[in-house]
Amino acid sequence: MNIETLSPFILSLVTFVPGGGALLLLLFPRRHRDIRLFALVVSLLTFILSLHLAVHFHNAQPGFQFEIDHPWINSPNIHYHMGVDGVSLWLVILTTFLTPLCVLISWHSIQDRVKEFFILLLIMETALIGVFIALDLFLFYFFWESTLIPMALLIGVFGHEHRVYAAVKFFLYTMLASVFMLAAILWLYAKTGSFDFVVIENAIRGGQVPGFAGASLWLFLGFFVAFAVKVPLFPVHTWLPDAHVEAPTAGSVLLAGVLLKMGTYGLLRFNLGLFPEQARQNAPWIVVLALIGIIYGALVAMVQPNMKKLIAYSSISHLGFVVLGIFSFTSAGLNGAMFIMLAHGVATGGLFMLAGILHERRHTYEIREFGGLATPMPMYATFFLIIVLASVGLPLLNGFIGEFLVLSGAFQARAIYGILAATGVIWSACYLLWMYQRVFFGKVTHEVNNHVPDLSGFEQAALWPAAAVALIMGVAPLVWLRAIDPAVQTALVPFTQTVGKVVGQ
Amino acid sequence: MNTALPQTLPHAADYIRVLPEIILSIFGMLVMVLEPVFDERRSQKSLGAIALVGSLAAIAASIYQSQYAGFAFWNMVRVDSFSVFFHVLVTIIGAVVILSSYEYMAVQRIRAGEYYGLILFGLVGMCLMSSAVELVLIFISLEISSISTYILAGFRRREASSAESSLKYFLLGSFATAFFLYGVALMFGATGSTNIDKISQALQSNEVPTLAYLAIALMFVGLGFKVASAPFHIWTPDVYEGAPAPIVGLMSTAPKAAAFAVLLRILFEANAPGRFWLIWVSAALSMTLGNVGALVQNNIKRLLAYSSIAHAGYLLVAFAAAPQVGISAAMFYAASYAAMNVGAFAVVSHLANYGEKYVTLDDYAGLARRSPLLAATLTIFLLSLIGIPITGGFFAKFYVFSAALRSNLVGLTIIGVINSAIGAYYYLRIIVMMYMREARTEVPVMKVPAGIAAALVITVAATIYLGVLPGRVLDYALHSADGLMHVPAQVTPLNTAAR
Repeated sequence: MNIETLSPFILSLVTFVPGGGALLLLLFPRRHRDIRLFALVVSLLTFILSLHLAVHFHNAQPGFQFEIDHPWINSPNIHYHMGVDGVSLWLVILTTFLTPLCVLISWHSIQDRVKEFFILLLIMETALIGVFIALDLFLFYFFWESTLIPMALLIGVFGHEHRVYAAVKFFLYTMLASVFMLAAILWLYAKTGSFDFVVIENAIRGGQVPGFAGASLWLFLGFFVAFAVKVPLFPVHTWLPDAHVEAPTAGSVLLAGVLLKMGTYGLLRFNLGLFPEQARQNAPWIVVLALIGIIYGALVAMVQPNMKKLIAYSSISHLGFVVLGIFSFTSAGLNGAMFIMLAHGVATGGLFMLAGILHERRHTYEIREFGGLATPMPMYATFFLIIVLASVGLPLLNGFIGEFLVLSGAFQARAIYGILAATGVIWSACYLLWMYQRVFFGKVTHEVNNHVPDLSGFEQAALWPAAAVALIMGVAPLVWLRAIDPAVQTALVPFTQTVGKVVGQ
Repeated sequence: MNTALPQTLPHAADYIRVLPEIILSIFGMLVMVLEPVFDERRSQKSLGAIALVGSLAAIAASIYQSQYAGFAFWNMVRVDSFSVFFHVLVTIIGAVVILSSYEYMAVQRIRAGEYYGLILFGLVGMCLMSSAVELVLIFISLEISSISTYILAGFRRREASSAESSLKYFLLGSFATAFFLYGVALMFGATGSTNIDKISQALQSNEVPTLAYLAIALMFVGLGFKVASAPFHIWTPDVYEGAPAPIVGLMSTAPKAAAFAVLLRILFEANAPGRFWLIWVSAALSMTLGNVGALVQNNIKRLLAYSSIAHAGYLLVAFAAAPQVGISAAMFYAASYAAMNVGAFAVVSHLANYGEKYVTLDDYAGLARRSPLLAATLTIFLLSLIGIPITGGFFAKFYVFSAALRSNLVGLTIIGVINSAIGAYYYLRIIVMMYMREARTEVPVMKVPAGIAAALVITVAATIYLGVLPGRVLDYALHSADGLMHVPAQVTPLNTAAR
């Protein structure tokens, strides 16, 4: 079959292959041994299909590509409208990249209710991809809410000790926030008669929405609250540490790797795209919240005795960078924000996998339970180091590029933003390297740690891709930025302060 | 003024316009008459089957009837796509409830004859409510439907709570219908007619008399009681707790849908004056009191009772909206609420066991492990009640709130969306119980019998269908809303002569 013929419906395929796989899994007998294999095949197939997007994506072409637009419901006027641009393209691929790794990392660690676990994981993948490519606000909300249930169940059923509390908190927090977005979407529909993102965007830019001037602040805030909770931005971040600590490893990987990006993606796509004027007016306090997030997240991470909680707080800090980059309204800042989203997905996903591997062996995340692990687990220690360094932002690894771009964008916007945010880089080196030192260096302090087995084949298979991608992204960031930059430039059109392109082409 | 009546006999088409009611009455009587003939052990199933056939025939008749739109019996009954919608809805609810009662009867040791008979007679009243356009007839059909449900509520006669439920429902219910009747009388005084179209003309042409406001308020009290909207909701938790579970499934959907149909006719077709704040306050109160009340319930029937109050509130939001968008949103809501609530009560009645012993939240702990399919089914209904995508409940809320926003009801919409977020908490509690708590072994989980299985398949299919392809039902609702707003000229010249 000619691969080009896939293009008209490739997005539907990428979105619904995992969901279809989940439905097929339903037919499997309860304890069938091939459930895991089937889930792996489905998620790999999705990944390969999503690479089709990357290969056939035209970097230079502005606007959305691979578009699908069918009427779904006549009244109200809802379309099945999907498409990717440089912003969403790589987030989709990040999702499809992480899911097979989640399957691999759960291969042995999930022994109870295996079938349900993989069904939820695949449904989750479909919902996540849908969020990034939906171009109809209704469809977007539809997928947005659909991510809630599988994630809450993954946490609540397969998590650790206080899982129920964490799952309910996660669900209510995000549900409560997203109803405000729903209200804003409904308002826009009531005034424009359309849910189509492009139509609404043009209507707003053309000033054809009656009553928009008075309502735009509230609409902006409606979307903002929903996204800020997902990011999570200080002070609505409190669900995140609980959710992470209690979630099973694969849940944490998807939560940190992709779910949080839904928030930053939403800020970029909707808050900047639909309400540029409000975004600019509200930027000062949002940037302050982002800066608080960067520094506060880092300081709290520093004192965590629990490894997973430490990584969770580091996510708050890193995502603060993303928000800062977005609300700097500079092309460097936005490019950097996009790049951090991807880099953080890979690196923090990797960190959670590594933490999970340790938990499987010792059933604890307490840092003081370990020490000197480099001796019994050399391979593990090496992978951990690569990922930690990527997360810290060592040049040649992926964390560096994004942080550098964001910082330079922040400086352009306002020097003080850049200065304050730059301290975050130092903090992150402190807490991550200190954690690494306490866990791996020195003598083995607990006798049981002498006999901890090193990585198994499945675990290596899950970690190699993450480590390799972290390196490639650090060495050849242009592969990603070439697609991202034009989309970012389009997003910046309403903001006059655009300063030169970053990508030398 | 009524001298003209006996002059002509009704046309044949007139009988077709009440065909579902006729069929239901015949089958109801058949069930009653045959009950002593069968021996007691066999009678449960055979009578259930007869009742089921009756309700299926009524569904068919309702669909058939749609070709004969028009007035019947001297403008007392009006068949239009609006009435057909509610006929089909009510009779389907009836059929599903009969299906889910099928094994329940044996488990609870309830005699079947009166039970099925009363369900069918109740359906007669509810069907007639949606097609009646004459206030006196509406009152009579309201009573037919209510009296059947009063008795059905007390059917677990060995339980004190069921008797309490029945008595409470009866006393408060008759009080409420008295209000309605008083409203009708005042409306007659204000406009000189009890015919909805005449009232509409009178209210449009003249200055609206003060009496009409009072009449509307009183009628609203009566109907507000039937739909369990605040502040007329106090009876709901006690009555639902005591009544047999399948009957609660019926009570919380079919008579409500019918009462909402009446309310739509009175408020919109008759273009009732001064309705806006009445509805606004009642909707806001119902949503808030219902959701807050449900937060602290541990009995699942009480929890669902409070939830049904909240849902009546959401539905009323549509009534406050502009008629063009509000009517269809309300109709869609009624349909999808019926699907998920009847389904949820089918699960509850199956798990309740003899004497309805197992109806607390704790009894649902670990259900996912012991009966995964049943737990998944209940989860779908609960998610739909929360309003999560791909379920009917999502589109229902969506249409209601977008109708409200189109009518610039920003305040009410915000109260509504905040409430639906609060509501998520208590539905979630049940899901958490089922999936995340350890199973209690002393609660027996029986195999799901065929009747309940069929009821669940139908309700799940309807919930998902409305959540994925809501277009057809909504289009139909929009179309009938149009019909409701543009009343065709009445056919028989008799009434004009009488004037």
